[in-house]
Amino acid sequence: MAYIELKDVDYVYPLAKEPALKQVTASFERGKFYGVIGENAGGKTTLCNLLRGLIPHFYKGKLKGDVLIDGEDIRTLNMDVLSTQMGYIFQNPFTQISGVKNTVFEEIALGMENLGIPKEEMIEKVFSIAELLNIEHLLQNNPNALSGGQRQKVAFASVIAMDTDTFVIDEPTSQLDPDGTAGIFEIIHKLKEQGKTIVLVEHKIDLLAEYADEVLVLKKGELLAKGRTSEVLSDFTLTGQGVMIPHTVSFYQEFSARGHVFSKVPITKSECVSQLAGMIQGKKGEESV
Amino acid sequence: MNRIILDHVSFRYPNGFLANEDLNLTISQEEQVAIVGQNGAGKTTAVKLMNGLNKPTEGTVYINDKDTKDYTTAQIAKYVGYVFQNPDDQIFNQTVYDEIAYMPKYYKYTEKETKKRVDEAADVMQIREFLKCNPYEIPYTIRKLVTIAAILVVRPEYIILDEPTAGQDLRGIRLLEELLGYLRGQKIGVVTITHDMEFVADNFKRVIAMANKHIIADGSAREIFSRDEVIKESKIKRTEMGMVAKEMGLGSDILNPRELADAAERRLRS
Repeated sequence: MAYIELKDVDYVYPLAKEPALKQVTASFERGKFYGVIGENAGGKTTLCNLLRGLIPHFYKGKLKGDVLIDGEDIRTLNMDVLSTQMGYIFQNPFTQISGVKNTVFEEIALGMENLGIPKEEMIEKVFSIAELLNIEHLLQNNPNALSGGQRQKVAFASVIAMDTDTFVIDEPTSQLDPDGTAGIFEIIHKLKEQGKTIVLVEHKIDLLAEYADEVLVLKKGELLAKGRTSEVLSDFTLTGQGVMIPHTVSFYQEFSARGHVFSKVPITKSECVSQLAGMIQGKKGEESV
Repeated sequence: MNRIILDHVSFRYPNGFLANEDLNLTISQEEQVAIVGQNGAGKTTAVKLMNGLNKPTEGTVYINDKDTKDYTTAQIAKYVGYVFQNPDDQIFNQTVYDEIAYMPKYYKYTEKETKKRVDEAADVMQIREFLKCNPYEIPYTIRKLVTIAAILVVRPEYIILDEPTAGQDLRGIRLLEELLGYLRGQKIGVVTITHDMEFVADNFKRVIAMANKHIIADGSAREIFSRDEVIKESKIKRTEMGMVAKEMGLGSDILNPRELADAAERRLRS
């Protein structure tokens, strides 16, 4: 049995005319890393809201089709229980910060506090997560006096502190510098290695190519494609649908148009380097014969 | 001459935190400049000095040779428009139309002139279909486009964009590229903060790198991306193609797929 199963799911937000999700069928397995891409307003955040149970428990609207988590209908699942299984990092860090805590330390501890985690354990956890994210120096600061990127890291820290089985993460790096972005991806990768299930909405396609097991492409509420990252991201027809492709794929297109064809479309830098090196080596080999 | 000058400028927040130290910079109205650098380096503080939202605690900021200390932020806003990093800090009207029309109304333009300017700005940002919507009904990234239109409508001499690329999809990025072309045509100077290195390499002739309150480098995209110490200190990265080229020993200043293909062909022929 799949961990999460969506079957013919339609969803319309309250008062909206158009459905935000149309006939979406997809399944998710435990321990895998799923990337969600596609045009804005294509249903990516709605999919997150659904997996987290905010649809239908918080956003009413019209939900049709089956949404099963471990075989249980999301409509009858208890939200409190679901919140201990599924951590949700919102798209906009400016909304995620609670606004009720005076220091970053307390902000990160807030969720654990609500779960009644013992004080010593909580303190230790806050320090270790702050270290992981390089924000130890901010622990005494007011969360509302941080820069955009710093806020985004604090929002991320406060959710991973909850140590849930699954993380639904909506654009965690939109405000981050390249170094911070790489750091977040490394942490997400570590979480996956610990057996966590990850659903990540992200426009940074080169990094998704590097880390995600599978990719889902949404457009205007429909699931255009779902499959292994290497297959989906090397499908050139998707660029016409407003989907970004990895820069290595653009290079592949440029290079093959000049008559140099690789045996496989490289979707990551390391694949690109090895293909190119192989071609150069091969050429040298030919010459020495 | 129309230009923004930062002359030995430092800025300390009222709580004592020093965010910018001894910035020196001249940006002419003909230029489009990208500012890159680590989170918390002082990028947003620096651009807020350029439109009078922040007044320097040391040194002087001149806009078209006028000291910003002698003018109110509202007076400066007519010349230097600032698009906030977080659109929700900027938006406060009930409809997208009213949001964009706010400044023209504040400057007491006629209703006809206001409408003309709003339509024009909405067309540039391709958001005409949203004019009647409540700004909070539309996605975050479209709200960002609304805030850009709300500044364009004033027809300032300079426009400052604080992370316009954050969260934008392919269409949004293309639209921003079109916007840069439009602004070039209108001779409106541009200062953009962004973390998108491909966007920088593809669109900006001049790049300023900041780290820890300072400007650490100011030059062409090619110069900035070829300097390892600048990349390291400002926590930026090369473009994806630049990283492949560097790893292959094909050069340290490659910016895009075409240049990588050129360099790889040269290697194949050698």
